[in-house]
Amino acid sequence: MQSSNRKALLGLTLFLILFPVVAMNVSAIGHYLDIMIFVGIYCLINMGLSLLMGYAGQISLGHAAFFGLGAYTSGILCTKFSMSPWLAMVAGVGITALVAYIVGVPSLKLKGHYLAMATLGFGVIVHIFFNEEVSLTGGPSGFSDIPGLSILGFSLNSDLSYYILVWFLVLLTLIFSLNVIHSRIGRALRSLHDSELAADAMGVETSRYKVMIFVLSAVYASVAGSLYTHYVGFLSPSSFDFFLSIKLVMMVVVGGMHNIWGALLGTWLLTFLGNEWLHVFHDFDILVYGAILLAVVMFLPDGLVHLVPRMSRVWKRG
Amino acid sequence: MTKITLTGQLIQYLFTGVTVGSIYAMVAVGFNIIYNVTEIINFAQGEFVMLGGLIMVFFTVTAKLPLPLAFVLTVAAVTGVGALMERFTINPLKNASVLTMIIVTIAVSILFKGIAMFVWGKDPYIFPPFSGSKPLFFYGAAIQTQTLWVLFMTAVMVVLMTIFFKKTRYGKAMLACADNPEAARLVGIRVNVMILISFALSAAIGAVAGAVITPISLMEYDRGALLALKGFGAAVLGGLGSFYGAVVAGIFLGIIESMCAGLVSSGYKDAVALILLLLVLYVRPSGLFGNVEASKIKEF
Amino acid sequence: MNTESSPLFLHVENLQKSFGGVQALKGLSFKVSPGIIKAIIGPNGAGKTTLFNVITGVFPPNGGAIALNGMSIEGCKAREIARLGVSRTFQNVEVFGRMTVLENVMVGRHIQSRAGIISTGLRLVGMRREERQIRESAMQHLAFVGLENRATELAANLPLGEQKLLEVARALATDPKILLLDEPAGGLNTRETEGLAALIHRILEQGITVVLVEHDMNLVMDISDEIMVMNFGEKIAEGKPKQIKNDPLVIEAYLGEEVDYSDL
Ligand SMILES: Nc1ncnc2c1ncn2[C@@H]1O[C@H](COP(=O)(O)OP(=O)(O)OP(=O)(O)O)[C@@H](O)[C@H]1O
Ligand SMILES: [Mg+2]
Repeated sequence: MQSSNRKALLGLTLFLILFPVVAMNVSAIGHYLDIMIFVGIYCLINMGLSLLMGYAGQISLGHAAFFGLGAYTSGILCTKFSMSPWLAMVAGVGITALVAYIVGVPSLKLKGHYLAMATLGFGVIVHIFFNEEVSLTGGPSGFSDIPGLSILGFSLNSDLSYYILVWFLVLLTLIFSLNVIHSRIGRALRSLHDSELAADAMGVETSRYKVMIFVLSAVYASVAGSLYTHYVGFLSPSSFDFFLSIKLVMMVVVGGMHNIWGALLGTWLLTFLGNEWLHVFHDFDILVYGAILLAVVMFLPDGLVHLVPRMSRVWKRG
Repeated sequence: MTKITLTGQLIQYLFTGVTVGSIYAMVAVGFNIIYNVTEIINFAQGEFVMLGGLIMVFFTVTAKLPLPLAFVLTVAAVTGVGALMERFTINPLKNASVLTMIIVTIAVSILFKGIAMFVWGKDPYIFPPFSGSKPLFFYGAAIQTQTLWVLFMTAVMVVLMTIFFKKTRYGKAMLACADNPEAARLVGIRVNVMILISFALSAAIGAVAGAVITPISLMEYDRGALLALKGFGAAVLGGLGSFYGAVVAGIFLGIIESMCAGLVSSGYKDAVALILLLLVLYVRPSGLFGNVEASKIKEF
Repeated sequence: MNTESSPLFLHVENLQKSFGGVQALKGLSFKVSPGIIKAIIGPNGAGKTTLFNVITGVFPPNGGAIALNGMSIEGCKAREIARLGVSRTFQNVEVFGRMTVLENVMVGRHIQSRAGIISTGLRLVGMRREERQIRESAMQHLAFVGLENRATELAANLPLGEQKLLEVARALATDPKILLLDEPAGGLNTRETEGLAALIHRILEQGITVVLVEHDMNLVMDISDEIMVMNFGEKIAEGKPKQIKNDPLVIEAYLGEEVDYSDL
């Protein structure tokens, strides 16, 4: 691993260890722990989206569907079939990966706008499915009483325990993803992004890698969905609608899609904005979201993470 | 009340289908106009319809203006919005990647949605139909007069667009840009202006669609996305870039959707258009009515 | 560099390709014997790039046959052809602009490595060893074309001449037996072109057959063993440089083009 990544990982880990200590002792930000759990869950999805969009250059406007598939599979199997949550999570991953593969093979033959619309359409179809299959999903009102997770008989019943679990998984996924990025597979993805023609000529199986990374990103989203289900304890389709897909893409773009750290930064920022700092705007957060996204794409096309090296240079100089 | 016959029912569904279909057709035509000149798919296309509906509500219900004046003002306002969008977001981003363009138009659509919610809130709005709410009866089906207005406006749009692109200087110049922007530039066509006009024009068409459909289907701030998606479905079905293809495909999509809602399941009615969209994209991305070679030659 | 080296014959028979109304290749036949430098020349639009594109599987031909050692490959995917030992560069450079120079060449090693997503994600021992080999080999190929001190720069930031060299290094990294070069000297100055000639000779010494599309007549006459001349999708002449130089058909095809024969 590159030393800059190693340093950033170390920094992140330190922050994650210190954060609950501070949050739990300062009552004004006590609830930040809860928000951080959501940040972690969305980070899981967005690392996959970053690989897909920023590295392989393929857009998806339907990732809320994979998040939802993981969530509903876990929820349904645990409540209706009393399956063990961990087994249900694995089943969710299996189902989501299968769906992603089936959708991915024809979709990723498409390019640009066509791909965007196909994934968007897919996401909306899945959302309609969640709404309509009432006997399975509970329809628009969803269902509740989904059991929490437990590890080796120790049940996770506090925010802190979920915080640790979620962020532990985020760190593992981050390391896995960084390793993939800095390997022949990561290079293959980036090469097909820059020139599919040349990548093909170098023998890179471009269509296979596109589908592979699409499925991998769906798997990340599915795991995130399962964690979400067990943490929140209830499910309804509105948590997995088309606007979530758009918001996920926004997080990745605002943070900087050509860099997986950007996805983390954007997720953290927009989740805190949405759940906490934009409450002054009540329902009008959409307006602010739109403005932020537009401003970033127009004036900072590489995302906020692009500012970090600049700032650290200024820091060192001054 | 007499018993509604099956024919009556079918005719009812058919009319409903043609009505919604006309709206999809107009959205699809809006997509095509911009696509042909810029190769951009404008994800905010549906928001023009939403704005058209809500601004019409403002002029008729809130400002109590007479209907024709309200209609003209609405179309003018949304046209202005389209032009502003082009000036401030599309124009500064020359040579941006497709991915960036997608995200920019998505950002604009979110912004429009946010502004609409800021102004009108989340409730759906309606204003009275153009010529009263007394329905016409036709083989046992009740047809709202507004339906006829929708069809009429669609027909007017088709005629006007045909004249514009076939007869006027600007229309022909836009077609030239569509064919080959470099060559168009060389013969002195100002491609920049043509792009601006394309956005203004598709915004105008969106506004007309929104203004005529609102008395039937109501309008609220978040209607745009689904309209855009289905309009795009129609555009692809008809062969992206093809003007008449879009109209036919839009109406076709509307009929299928309405038949499905009436005869099969209303819950999945939105899914039908989308599944059709996916199938077309997967199997025949050149559209149902286009062939692969023709799909490369852009034509209104 | 090239460890095992069974010679590879390229046969092209009656090859046809059309784009809509344009017939870019009209029944072209020729062969390339291993171990030579074969140049393909012809006026703009003659179909030279199209020929490379069809051979390397960018698009399928409309008719005719392409064979490598008797095995027909027409219609094969680009990636399959790369694995069969045919690699190429592009007339309009297609470097991976946002990757470093070294990473570009490492992509060339793709088909010579096999770590999957699990072993890369977990950085298993085998993958790490392979990754080291990829890096070393890529570095050697960079040094071979003289770009070793540019390794960490972004490919997009290189001047055109160096991007062309980078494409050569990247193509060589696939361990090809036949290397197709599409106008490698385009945009190079005289000194760079001389360096290129020497480089092509060194590539030949590695046992790699070179097929060269080039407009620079001095270079072509200087280094090639055989020349094929194309015009309007057809072969109009083929032979040794000396024969080509005096062929009336060739001179006619080039009439009006600024070709300076005085110092040949
Ligand atoms: N992808 C394509 N689509 C349509 N037409 C093409 C395509 N590629 C090539 N052509 C056409 O085929 C003909 C041959 O082009 P090609 O690029 O092979 O010529 P060339 O010999 O490489 O010329 P140059 O020396 O200028 O590179 C030209 O008329 C060109 O316009
Ligand atoms: Mg060429």
